[in-house]
Amino acid sequence: MAAMTLLETKGLTKVYGGLSANEDVDFVLPAGQVHALIGPNGAGKSTFVGMVSGRIPATAGEVWFDGQDITHVPAHKRMKMGMAYTFQITAIYARLSLFENIALALGSRDNRAAKAALERVGLADRADQIAGDLSYGHQRLLEIAMGVAQAPRLLILDEPTQGLAESEIEGFNTLIRSLAGETTILLIEHNMNVVMALAEEITVLDNGRFLARGTPDDIRNNKQVQDAYLGSG
Amino acid sequence: MDFGPHLMLATLEGAVGAAVLALTALGLSLVFGVMRVVNVAHGEFYMLGAVVAWFVSTAIGTHPALGFVGALIVAPLVAAGIAIAADRLVLKRVDYDPEATIVATIGILYIMQQAALMGFGPEARPVTEPFNSRIMLPLLDWSKGLPSFYYPTGWGAPSITSYKLFVIAAATAILISFWLILSRTKVGLIMRATQLDKETAQAFGIPVNRVYSLVFGLGAGLAALAAVLIVPIQQAHYLMGGDPLLLSFIVVIIGGLGSIRGTVVAALLIGLSDGIISVFFSPTLAKILATLLVAMVLVFRPQGLYGKKPA
Amino acid sequence: MSIDRRSIALHVGLITVLFVGCFALNDYHQGNVARILVLATYAIGYNVMFGYTGLLSLGHAMFFAAGLYGLGMAMHYGGLPAIPAFVVGLICAAVLSALVAVLALRTIGVAFMIVTLMFAQSVFLAILYFGDWTRGDEGFVIAQSTRQVLGLDLTDPVTRYLAALALFSAALLITARMMHVRFGRVLIAVRENEERTRMLGYDVFRHKFLAVVISGTISGAAGAGYGLLFGYVGATFASVQYSIFPLLWVLLGGAGTTIGPLVGTIFMFYLIDYSSALTNAYMLIAGVVLVLLTLFARAGIMGEIRKRWAPWLP
Repeated sequence: MAAMTLLETKGLTKVYGGLSANEDVDFVLPAGQVHALIGPNGAGKSTFVGMVSGRIPATAGEVWFDGQDITHVPAHKRMKMGMAYTFQITAIYARLSLFENIALALGSRDNRAAKAALERVGLADRADQIAGDLSYGHQRLLEIAMGVAQAPRLLILDEPTQGLAESEIEGFNTLIRSLAGETTILLIEHNMNVVMALAEEITVLDNGRFLARGTPDDIRNNKQVQDAYLGSG
Repeated sequence: MDFGPHLMLATLEGAVGAAVLALTALGLSLVFGVMRVVNVAHGEFYMLGAVVAWFVSTAIGTHPALGFVGALIVAPLVAAGIAIAADRLVLKRVDYDPEATIVATIGILYIMQQAALMGFGPEARPVTEPFNSRIMLPLLDWSKGLPSFYYPTGWGAPSITSYKLFVIAAATAILISFWLILSRTKVGLIMRATQLDKETAQAFGIPVNRVYSLVFGLGAGLAALAAVLIVPIQQAHYLMGGDPLLLSFIVVIIGGLGSIRGTVVAALLIGLSDGIISVFFSPTLAKILATLLVAMVLVFRPQGLYGKKPA
Repeated sequence: MSIDRRSIALHVGLITVLFVGCFALNDYHQGNVARILVLATYAIGYNVMFGYTGLLSLGHAMFFAAGLYGLGMAMHYGGLPAIPAFVVGLICAAVLSALVAVLALRTIGVAFMIVTLMFAQSVFLAILYFGDWTRGDEGFVIAQSTRQVLGLDLTDPVTRYLAALALFSAALLITARMMHVRFGRVLIAVRENEERTRMLGYDVFRHKFLAVVISGTISGAAGAGYGLLFGYVGATFASVQYSIFPLLWVLLGGAGTTIGPLVGTIFMFYLIDYSSALTNAYMLIAGVVLVLLTLFARAGIMGEIRKRWAPWLP
């Protein structure tokens, strides 16, 4: 059963002042999959999702979403087409209430929908609090809740568990599993336990290039990947 | 009289303006470069310099040169003192937030301007030059087929006062010594380090707060110094800070925010062209065009002529 | 919802109090408040950009002047009646603000402030340059006989007060409504975190552009209203000082609150009014207030009230 392709990149390249952050990355993401993007620091993961989401203009190559070439579509329109993006460094509206944060993500002030979105990350009872007053872990959960509230077809999470406590990571895993049936998820993650627990497939980037792709077991046993992480050149 | 003497005179007058402008703008540029804030009250420190020069030269009534030397020392110190106080009492407390700093320095602008109105009065007051002699300018003559100099005489003959030449020389000397301080001394090194990366500088034990106070004082002192030089030509007035502020803005923007070399080059460019343009065109029209030009530079080339493009 | 009702009660209540004020105040204060209402309309316009969208302009006087001169020239030279001339003023301000928006919004932060300052300065200088028509600093007077709307004489103190109140109320209710619907919420979102807002799928440029145009047009309406009600058109209104005033009023009253602009304008107006009896250096007060505000009450009067006692304040 060949799944429909939701996202595809062809030869995606980003050059910063002569240095390639991404070089010729071909990538296919089937609809409905939870896919993890991993790689050592500086492998170009954030640059890659930056180009996918439209935050960073590509130097060369194409991005296709849902059968359309979106290489030159501005970021906000890509979001309207069904993407959602959570930032590596928490980006919420710190001076607004949780409800207001969610309402902006929803695009409506529907009380019930907002409550439901907060419910998913266990913050429903804090709807009237100011987001900046939350603990760091809760702020990250709020941002994920905002991504979920957008009801995206593709949810891009850039290191969502960074800075979360063990107990909160457990909650995060549960949340992603519950979403797995509803949406496609592209996850950048450093925490291998999370990756192994959630990802159906994994793509490894190294030095801005594609290195390997496969199931968690494949990747775990891949010699090249081990070398890349051990830093042998 | 033909075109040549006109142009030469305009160029020399422009050079006087450019020299003073370079000093003033350097102060603004330094503050922006190191502290990343815009001091809207910069023009008022210039005005303060001129006003203090008047007070000093009036107090030391014996000989204009004595008063002038006194003003050269006292005015920058007074301006720097007030600037350092403003830095400690206001800017530091708003944590050098760029927008809050602009609003606060607008407030300081009005306070200084109105204080000058109360203490100095609404009149424009002249300050006598420390020395003054008229120097006739030679013209190049090609009429005999070979170039030769001649000194025209009579009404309209091009001439400049020795004091104006002194202003050009003095400003150049100050700029060069300033550049030497920045590039060759430890103080300069500390300032450049703070400019590059405040956090790292702090981690290496550089007292960033004191550097900021020093830079803010230095910036104001430069403006005051520029005013002391120009005030024998231009008269002191409590509203005189507006034009140098605007021109300094223009210079700093064209030169590239925070780039010292760009600031000096742009000051020469603008100062000279301002002098030249206003001889041939209506000064208002020249100002409109210059202002619009600068706005467009900011819109389409925000890094200026020498500044680096932000990553 | 109760928050909505409180907000409606606040705005309607305020307008009612001001209406009663027309008849309760003595001549001197009636004249002052009429002027304050027009200037507060200007501040409301400024607040749309600065308070709600987070765009600090140092050149709003050009929009005020566009409305003022648009109306003034249309009446003085074009012989247009008051209402069409008012519309001309609005169009001038809208066109100018759209132009400024397209250019200035390419920059951010400090550069944005300086670009707006430069544009305003060019407009001010242009008014002086074309002094043959604008009468420059001296300005010109709009003939008393032409300042009539629907048979009402706008030079009559009571009519003038009520006309000023109508202008102010329109601006107040438009902004209050705007900040209640999604468009206004997105403006606040842009102010709070531009990148997040873009990545939630909102067209940030379009929202900022509209904010500048709405802000400029309301400011222009205030300028046109000023010319119509007080009959004087002069270059002072385009000077830097008149760009700083709305910033001062809004900061003092509370940026990003609907009634803050009025509160700030009243305070500042009377502060300067009383102090100018003591000294000719009355701008000293403005300077001191600006510094104190940045040091101790960045949220302004209504902002502090909202923070401490009334989080529902719109």
